[in-house]
Amino acid sequence: MTDVAAIPVLDLTAASSGALLRRRILAHRGLLIGTGLLTFIVMVALFAPLIAPHDPYAQDLSRRMIPPVWYEKGNWAHLFGTDNLGRDYLSRVLYGSQISLLIGAAVMVISGLIGTALGLAAGFFGGRVDMIVTFIITVRLALPLILVALAVVATVGGSLWVVILVLGLLKWDRFAVVMRAATQQVRVLDYVAAAEAAGASTLRVIVGEVLPNVLPQLVVVATVEAASAILLEATLSFLGLGVQPPLPSWGLMIAEAKTYMFFSFWLIAIPGTALAILVFAVNMVGDGIRDVSAPGGRG
Amino acid sequence: MLIYALKRLGLAVLVAVVVSALAFLLLRASGDVAIALAGEGARSEDIENIRRIYGLDRPLVVQYLDWAAKMARGDFGTSLFFKTDVHALVLDKLPTTALLALFSLIFALAVSLPLGILAALYPNSWIDRLCLALAVIGQALPSFFFALILMIVFAVMLRWLPVSGSNSWAHFVLPTVVLGYYIAPAIMRLVRAGMIEVLASDYVRTARAKGLSSSSVVLKHALRNALVPVVALAAVQLGFLLGGSVVIETVFALDGLGYLAYQSITHKDLPVTQAIVTLLSLIYVGLTLAADLANAWLDPRIRVGSGT
Repeated sequence: MTDVAAIPVLDLTAASSGALLRRRILAHRGLLIGTGLLTFIVMVALFAPLIAPHDPYAQDLSRRMIPPVWYEKGNWAHLFGTDNLGRDYLSRVLYGSQISLLIGAAVMVISGLIGTALGLAAGFFGGRVDMIVTFIITVRLALPLILVALAVVATVGGSLWVVILVLGLLKWDRFAVVMRAATQQVRVLDYVAAAEAAGASTLRVIVGEVLPNVLPQLVVVATVEAASAILLEATLSFLGLGVQPPLPSWGLMIAEAKTYMFFSFWLIAIPGTALAILVFAVNMVGDGIRDVSAPGGRG
Repeated sequence: MLIYALKRLGLAVLVAVVVSALAFLLLRASGDVAIALAGEGARSEDIENIRRIYGLDRPLVVQYLDWAAKMARGDFGTSLFFKTDVHALVLDKLPTTALLALFSLIFALAVSLPLGILAALYPNSWIDRLCLALAVIGQALPSFFFALILMIVFAVMLRWLPVSGSNSWAHFVLPTVVLGYYIAPAIMRLVRAGMIEVLASDYVRTARAKGLSSSSVVLKHALRNALVPVVALAAVQLGFLLGGSVVIETVFALDGLGYLAYQSITHKDLPVTQAIVTLLSLIYVGLTLAADLANAWLDPRIRVGSGT
């Protein structure tokens, strides 16, 4: 339908040599900034137990709602202050990165596998297979994503893995759309015909010839989808139908702080900013890869 | 055109049937309705009774056909939480959400058309960069967080607008801005790309060569052609707005379909949730059908096309 046709696909005909690619990567400011930020956040997530100054779950009701250090009443023991249960906010934000990154990566893998398989099959075989896959995509696009995710999580019960599974099983549509279009372009090229003529099996042609050549598009969609999965988890958790307390999901932290936000704006500003920075970083990496892998650089 | 329209209509009907079946199955499969109906702490005999009374012991296919036939007649069942007729409940809330979606679309177009045109006329200027920045920020900022910030600034600090509720037109302003902001970048990009392409085309050069004024060339000749894909996108975005309203209506407690959906989900009010999911899906199917037909009418290449 309209959506399926509207998504542009990169031109694959030009190849770039290693040195040229390296020069392009280093010349691309957005990609460098994005990669830097993302690396930083991944490091924070990996080493959270070492850098976090406090236990993110330890409550101390005598030290509730201490403002961050840059406020007059703040103190150095709690750089980002404490929440309504007296938990150290900096530690919770640091640990929260683990949840967002896990969601982004896991949803990306699940939806990526489903969508890529569908898209490759549709683009490679065409005909009836293409018709069926296109129909499945159309049906999926007609279902309101947030609504269905909320309803399913509400009935199954919210937990990190339920959220990952629900989003992973729902969010494959863009993978399928882009992979289908990209495969259609590669399918007609000479080296695919050559591999087929040489007697390679269908699976071998798809995995060995087609897949490597649609990889740039796959990586770009993967980053877009990871970013959107992170935002969706935050939204579900914000609405109380995602990751459950006491886990320090950034969306959940904003929900818990909502009652106090008019007096203590920093309670929602800190996790909100963390979310925005992570999603910005992932998007920058995706945009950067798209620009760098496209012939002629930025279009 | 007629053959294309009929084919497209047939596809839409098929999609509608499958989508409604999926909406029915998904929500039915993910929880036991009888237990939800009986409430917490019900005895197992009661649950069995409810299963019989509501016909939940019949095969799923029969249940679906029964449900679909009733939906088609306008009988959406009774809400478990609100204890009222679902049909009346949904129709009561639909205008609020439709208005919100319409306002948001108008707001998005009002922002993205001029910005997109200017960005196309002056590529790489500050206005082009502004458009890019708006898009990048919109991509990274969660919509509910943006909504909370606007609420704090305009409702609490400046006191210009109400915090939440849906009693007056003023209650629509912030939700409209938030929802509209999230669809504006896509339209902006499309307008910009379309304008750049059209401005470089022969007929625009001809129009310029005829000595027509610059504004007449841009607005009358170029814009009309650049707008063709925007019409299709706008229709699809309207469907997206209906879905996105769940989050925004809940944040602002705007009493529309989205807020009703959220309430029905948290209260495990299955008939209402099912009705809304199905209704939104069908609206989306209808909108994309309309967009495709409009496109085919505007652009003959689509309807003759390659036959796919």
